[in-house]
Amino acid sequence: MFEWLHPALIYLAAALLVPLVPNRKARAFLILLVPIVGIIPLLTTPFGDYLQLSLFGETLTTFRFDKLSFVFSLVFSLAAFLSLIYAWHVRDTMQQVAALLYSGSAMGAVLAGDLITLFVWWEGTAIASVFLIWARRTEGSYQTGMRYLIIQITSGVVLLAGAAIHYRETGSLAFEAFSLENVGAWFILLSFGIKCAFPLLHNWLQDSYPSATVTGTVILSAFTTKIAIYSLARGYAGTDFLIVIGATMALFPIFFAVIENDLRRVLAYSMNSQLGFMVVGIGVGTDLAINGTVAHAFSSVLYKALLFMSVGAVLFRTGTAKGSELGGLYKTMPLTMVFCVIGAASISAFPLFSGFVSKSMILSAAAQEGHFVTWAILLFASAAVLHHSGIKIPYFAFYGRDSGKRPAEAPRNMLLAMGLTAFLCIAIGVWPNALYSVLPFDVSYNPYSTTHVITQIQLLFFSAIAFAALIRMGLFPRQVRSVILDTDWIYRKLLPAIISFVVLFVSAVWSEIVRGFNNTITAVQNTLANFYGPEGRVARVQPTGYMVLWLAILLGAALIVNLVGLP
Amino acid sequence: MLSFFSAHSPLLAIVIPLLAAPLCMVFGNKSVAFVISFLAAAASFALSVFMLLWVKDGTVLSYHIGGWAPPLGIEYRVDTANAFVLSIVSAIGMLALSYARTSITTEINEKHHTLFYACFIMCFTGLMGVTITGDAFNIFVFLEISSLSTYTLVALGAEKDKRALSAAYDYLILGTIGATFFVIGLGFIYMATGTLNLHDLSQRLPEISDSRTVRAGFALIVIGMGLKVAIYPLHRWLPGAYTYSPSAVSVFLAATATKVALYVIIRFMFSVYSKDFAFEAITFQYVILPLALIAMFAAAFVAAYQINIKRMLAYSSVSQIGYMLLGLSILNVEGVSGAFVHMFNHAITKGALFMAIGAIVFRTGSALLPNMAGLGKQMPWTSAAIVVGGLSLIGIPGTAGFVSKWVLMSAAFEREWWPIALLIVASSLIAVVYIWRVVEVLYLQAPAKESVVQEAPLSLLVPTWILIIATIVFGLYADFAISISTTAAEYIMQGGFGGKEVIILGVEGR
Repeated sequence: MFEWLHPALIYLAAALLVPLVPNRKARAFLILLVPIVGIIPLLTTPFGDYLQLSLFGETLTTFRFDKLSFVFSLVFSLAAFLSLIYAWHVRDTMQQVAALLYSGSAMGAVLAGDLITLFVWWEGTAIASVFLIWARRTEGSYQTGMRYLIIQITSGVVLLAGAAIHYRETGSLAFEAFSLENVGAWFILLSFGIKCAFPLLHNWLQDSYPSATVTGTVILSAFTTKIAIYSLARGYAGTDFLIVIGATMALFPIFFAVIENDLRRVLAYSMNSQLGFMVVGIGVGTDLAINGTVAHAFSSVLYKALLFMSVGAVLFRTGTAKGSELGGLYKTMPLTMVFCVIGAASISAFPLFSGFVSKSMILSAAAQEGHFVTWAILLFASAAVLHHSGIKIPYFAFYGRDSGKRPAEAPRNMLLAMGLTAFLCIAIGVWPNALYSVLPFDVSYNPYSTTHVITQIQLLFFSAIAFAALIRMGLFPRQVRSVILDTDWIYRKLLPAIISFVVLFVSAVWSEIVRGFNNTITAVQNTLANFYGPEGRVARVQPTGYMVLWLAILLGAALIVNLVGLP
Repeated sequence: MLSFFSAHSPLLAIVIPLLAAPLCMVFGNKSVAFVISFLAAAASFALSVFMLLWVKDGTVLSYHIGGWAPPLGIEYRVDTANAFVLSIVSAIGMLALSYARTSITTEINEKHHTLFYACFIMCFTGLMGVTITGDAFNIFVFLEISSLSTYTLVALGAEKDKRALSAAYDYLILGTIGATFFVIGLGFIYMATGTLNLHDLSQRLPEISDSRTVRAGFALIVIGMGLKVAIYPLHRWLPGAYTYSPSAVSVFLAATATKVALYVIIRFMFSVYSKDFAFEAITFQYVILPLALIAMFAAAFVAAYQINIKRMLAYSSVSQIGYMLLGLSILNVEGVSGAFVHMFNHAITKGALFMAIGAIVFRTGSALLPNMAGLGKQMPWTSAAIVVGGLSLIGIPGTAGFVSKWVLMSAAFEREWWPIALLIVASSLIAVVYIWRVVEVLYLQAPAKESVVQEAPLSLLVPTWILIIATIVFGLYADFAISISTTAAEYIMQGGFGGKEVIILGVEGR
């Protein structure tokens, strides 16, 4: 019925309209209406390819609607709705427009049926989202935003290059499963990898998310990386070495998350680790694994948003998100605390919470296919999640050492957004079949088998004991104000040093060359002046004369080239 | 069978604007002059589009003027290639005229307005004539018509900025030398063949291609016309002329003048001479190709440092002309069709950008970048036009600029010239730099205090946005421009001035 109505266009149209609405309330309502209207075509359109354009004789499918894109566009609509409620109080039109453009582009990307359309939306998300970082309007956020933008645009350019090479190799622009025998597919994988924050390509994530505005981070956390997960699942399901990459990804951010002080940055690291789970699922590539990946992406969008929301509320009220400066906030922000705990329980995969029903699918799939080392790593990572996110975040923000801060409870719109998200987290955990029914493959999977539940509870229990013991014995890394340099040291410190050296060197050499060149030119000019008479007159007509000289030189060159080889 | 209009369409497309110019002066009233010149341009546009639709399958219209059959008589010869160029020139000319009515009110003294319209439509006639004629000497005549009126038009900018005079002077000197080279070249080939009809020339030249006269003629024609095209080191007249002329003139010149000259080069290189001549391939490889590459980068770098936006766009034009010459140098059908597509796309893109800048100049009186701080809020439509036009200039997918760069890259791939394809992309990145500078100033800087700038009037915005929408429409529906360019390129690359079939028009022969 509405198949001509591309959901992304609704967002874009609204983004154009919003700045024209003068009344603040009306504007906020209009914005909130967008995800609701945007979901209509998703719910009414039968699966299929729509809105096909023809470009250079190639068919571009701008609206490819199938099970995989349905799940992602659905969760994107949800995430957009919830984060827009959360951002109800924002008066900054730039942020509102950016949020709409960003969610619209993300929607467009997961509905893209070919690489060119994908590229357009891919860059769209990059450009729209950077304004959420810049919206803080500090020098630091400007720099961070620039770094973020450069990396994201690079990812898009690599994607375009990959698409072009892929097109030369296979003659197709369709966005389907790729074969890594082609060079183009490697470029495309690299581009997806940047956006998915593969190890060593990950720094932009921890760098940028904590630098955005309170509401901006919530919105950022939902889309960019999930587009990458979607694209990987679409293009590279069953690619073995993704298992290794995913396992590394799940593992290494843990250590950074444990020592990190800025709670939003902790969440960024733990997000990276969660993405690792999904990449493993894609690497395994069985029906169960892909289902697990999609389900995990779905639930992680929600619980991650919930955690960012609660930490964001704390930041909003107290002005800081550093573990070392917070503590004891449960007295005045009890509801936020409850929601934060629900988010923490979800990410830690407590039974009856959303993380449990999705994460266990990936673990089971890995085990079924015999990837036991990976399975063990993921198990360790899930125990650690409890450690660095599940307990650490609520503990340092709301309990721990009393900071003496007594902020007011979060604003009502934030509470409402958090409440709805928390409800969804629990609902998915309690009624997993609702989520399972929208997954791409039919799978009968029961997360609540006795072994599962008991294993998980044991795991969580021991992890909690470990945390308690470490805190008691004073062995837990103290929360200190610090900036942790990850491998981004390479480009934040080393590269600038190298570049500034190269720049100095090159500019020294260059200025010598230019000086020599200038001397030559001056000499030529002097010669000419001697030819043509008084200096003043030559100086006045010099430009025209110069051009004529060029004309003569070029004519001479052309004549010589043409007459060469004549008998 | 054919109605009067279709039977005489090639002639009418030239004669109507030609007669409009003296009529403007005769009436001597600026409003009447505007109406006359605009109607003439519109009629010419309608006839051009009519002819384009007629010949887009490769048919050739041969119009014998006064019924005298070529090679003795003068012939207007319309094929897909020049019908396409005619449509571009007349469309931009018409829009630029509608734009001029408002824009010149702040730029030119009212008593010169009639003169302006007369010169404008004269220049229009000249460019159309150069494109349509099938006679080599006729090309020179029309070229002089357009050049002389252009010098006047550029000099009319002196009302606002005296530097327009020296720019016009530079252009005059160089343009005259270029035209002289061209006519000397024509003299050489006339001496060798005894004919001036392009079609006839193409039949006779292959036999005597070893002659020194013919080769020297080729070099003179390419370099003489190359000056009008603004091939890289011969471009120095262009920035001044585009920068200091009145906005409407900048629009018209930037979008059409160099394109017409490039068309003449294409016509001589591929139709009159043949790409099979060894010396021509060598000229392309060792003269045109390196200069095109240098232009793509050097001019773009210069553009990136300009403070005056009109000057920046002018240098960007030099760089974009590099792309078109590059397309020719690839010497295959894709390359030439890429050059044609880029001619079209660049015409609408650059036309739109100059119009938008003109609107800013109209409101603020300045084209200097620092004076545009914060205009994004005060002139939202104009600024948005600059952004979209800029995206097209860079070659973002979804805009016209992307289409032509894509075709050019495919052409480079076709010949396995990978490094060239990479250079095309790299040079587009410099375009990002100079466009971003403008966007940053427009949107991210705070406006000067107490500055009250209104949005441009509709009479400026409408033509601007017609072109802007065209860049998007032709970016999404690329098939139109590509199919016409491909047909044009296929017949051009066959050599000669033939086509699928030749239809002879004109009054009965005598």
